[in-house]
Amino acid sequence: MTQHIPAVNGKAYKANLEVFAATLERLAASDKQIIAVTSDSRGSGKLAPYGKKYPKQIVEVGIAEQNLVGVAAGLASTGKKVFAVSPACFLTARALEQIKADVAYSNNPVNVIGISAGVSYGALGSTHHSLHDYAALRAINNIIVVAPADNYETEKAIELAAESPYPVYLRFGKKAMDFLKEDNSDGFEFGKGRIIAQGKDITFIATGEAVLPAVKAAKKLASEKNINATVISMHTIKPLDTDLIKRVAANGAPIITAEEHSVYGGLGEACASYLLQNGIHNPFKIVAIPDEYTVTGSQVEIMDHYGISEEGLFNEALKILGA
Amino acid sequence: MTNEQLKLKSIEYRQKLLTCIFNCKAGHTGGSLSSVDILNVLYNEILNVSPETFSSPIRDRYIQSKGHCVEVLFVVLADMGFFPESDLLTMNQYQSHYIGHPTRKVKGVEQNTGALGHGLPICVGTAIAAKLDDQDYKVFTLLGDGEIAEGANWEAAMAASHYKLDNLCAIIDNNKLQITSTNREVMNSDPLDAKFESFGWAVREVDGNDVGALKVLMQSLPFEKDKPSLIIAHTKKGKGISFMEDVLKWHHGVPSAAEYEQAMAELEAAKAVILEEQVASLVNE
Ligand SMILES: Cc1ncc(C[n+]2csc(CCOP(=O)(O)OP(=O)(O)O)c2C)c(N)n1
Ligand SMILES: [Mg+2]
Repeated sequence: MTQHIPAVNGKAYKANLEVFAATLERLAASDKQIIAVTSDSRGSGKLAPYGKKYPKQIVEVGIAEQNLVGVAAGLASTGKKVFAVSPACFLTARALEQIKADVAYSNNPVNVIGISAGVSYGALGSTHHSLHDYAALRAINNIIVVAPADNYETEKAIELAAESPYPVYLRFGKKAMDFLKEDNSDGFEFGKGRIIAQGKDITFIATGEAVLPAVKAAKKLASEKNINATVISMHTIKPLDTDLIKRVAANGAPIITAEEHSVYGGLGEACASYLLQNGIHNPFKIVAIPDEYTVTGSQVEIMDHYGISEEGLFNEALKILGA
Repeated sequence: MTNEQLKLKSIEYRQKLLTCIFNCKAGHTGGSLSSVDILNVLYNEILNVSPETFSSPIRDRYIQSKGHCVEVLFVVLADMGFFPESDLLTMNQYQSHYIGHPTRKVKGVEQNTGALGHGLPICVGTAIAAKLDDQDYKVFTLLGDGEIAEGANWEAAMAASHYKLDNLCAIIDNNKLQITSTNREVMNSDPLDAKFESFGWAVREVDGNDVGALKVLMQSLPFEKDKPSLIIAHTKKGKGISFMEDVLKWHHGVPSAAEYEQAMAELEAAKAVILEEQVASLVNE
């Protein structure tokens, strides 16, 4: 059993979104340069208490995501530590040019915070899903792309983002995320994947909220099939930790990637590109959302439908191993 | 329909949309309730559209830009006969086409909306096509008053008057609230009339919860030749339910069983009042 190590204020695990809000509140108490920018999104971003507590450290722009990112860039240009907070779907689609030109290209180190990412919004449908954000942002120079998996990774990512001299995109969802490890002494750094479990037979490389299902699938494989899996939390999609990929691929065991994103342009294709171009030919499978009209339902139903789940990843492992 | 019949329809729609939200435990309650009377008059009195003519290239178009208020749209479309009302029992379920925003998988829906600030530009394109093809169908959109902060609306507003789109009518559901707070506090858009007038629109204001006034106004479209028309519909968010009216949390609040019972009872009482008035006026005649 994984022991729940409280990451924030001694409380049990919660949604990464809540950890984000609590961490920002903590940082803002002592650092008056911290500033949140919202687009009628402070409720969804759990920032209503923050806004009450630090009215001078929040700027509201109304329902206007392009303006949100432009304003954030302007604030960041003066040295403020800016968190532009809005649903990932709108931020990284509608405001993409502002991210590209005003944030990344001009190097205004805004932290672009995509909340309720992936298919978190479930039955609200495709307007509200962000299955394109890794792909879009991977193709933009000068922005770090991060999807923390658990409360620990989230807290650390927010702390690092606040001090980052470069633009950062962070995305997370709404559901409570279990802690991945009992011991987090290995630390957290952008661009360095974390080894959550080690096993010789197969490797899961996952990111964001897809890591937990991979951890569960690994446990099921061990207990039911005596198959031992390595699980990596590849929280940083760009720059990708290719050293770690090279190391875990060295034994030739199959690799399965998992992400709450389109099969196109995300973590899986980033890994595939590295592997193929470096002559590493392990059996390889991308588990993600296919290029089709996304099935309707809750977040869990959608993830289950596409096998981004304990059961789905377990079955995928058996298939690739021919077991 | 008579004004009384329209009023009864609005009550029926309010009951049905609340039932839908109560059943699936999700929905945009306040903004659906504020828009009921607008959709009622549009579909029952103004729009030249029906399940039989929905594929006709010369049908009127209604594109709901404030897509989050999908419940009112689905209830009205069911009433128009686009699909059986019982379909709404599957709302938000796995593999159902009836989800939390309008999609074209549902018959009667013109465009997939839900990301705010998209309806007006699409309407501009559709209205330009009507002019190019020498057709006289009309194009309507419904916008939220918070939604108006999206820049694309103003780009489209400029284009609509540039192309003299008097076949286009935008309606702003001016319920004065969005998610965080009032429009005034979040992002003040006042004065909307002067803004749109300066963009070259013909602007009219109306009580957006008064079916009779809405009907008279919409029958007079276009307000001015060669100008797009804007209706600023002053409404109440949560209209019709005492404890929901003008209360922020009902933006996407879902009623408890007790609240649902009370809301339905209030609507029944409102219906009884209208029926009594009808009887009284018959007796007087
Ligand atoms: C582009 C975009 N940004 C944000 C949202 C999230 N959102 C849904 S409803 C809403 C508030 C809408 O307020 P208003 O336009 O006044 O609508 P109403 O009061 O009629 O519900 C917001 C911010 C969205 N759907 N689309
Ligand atoms: Mg409103």
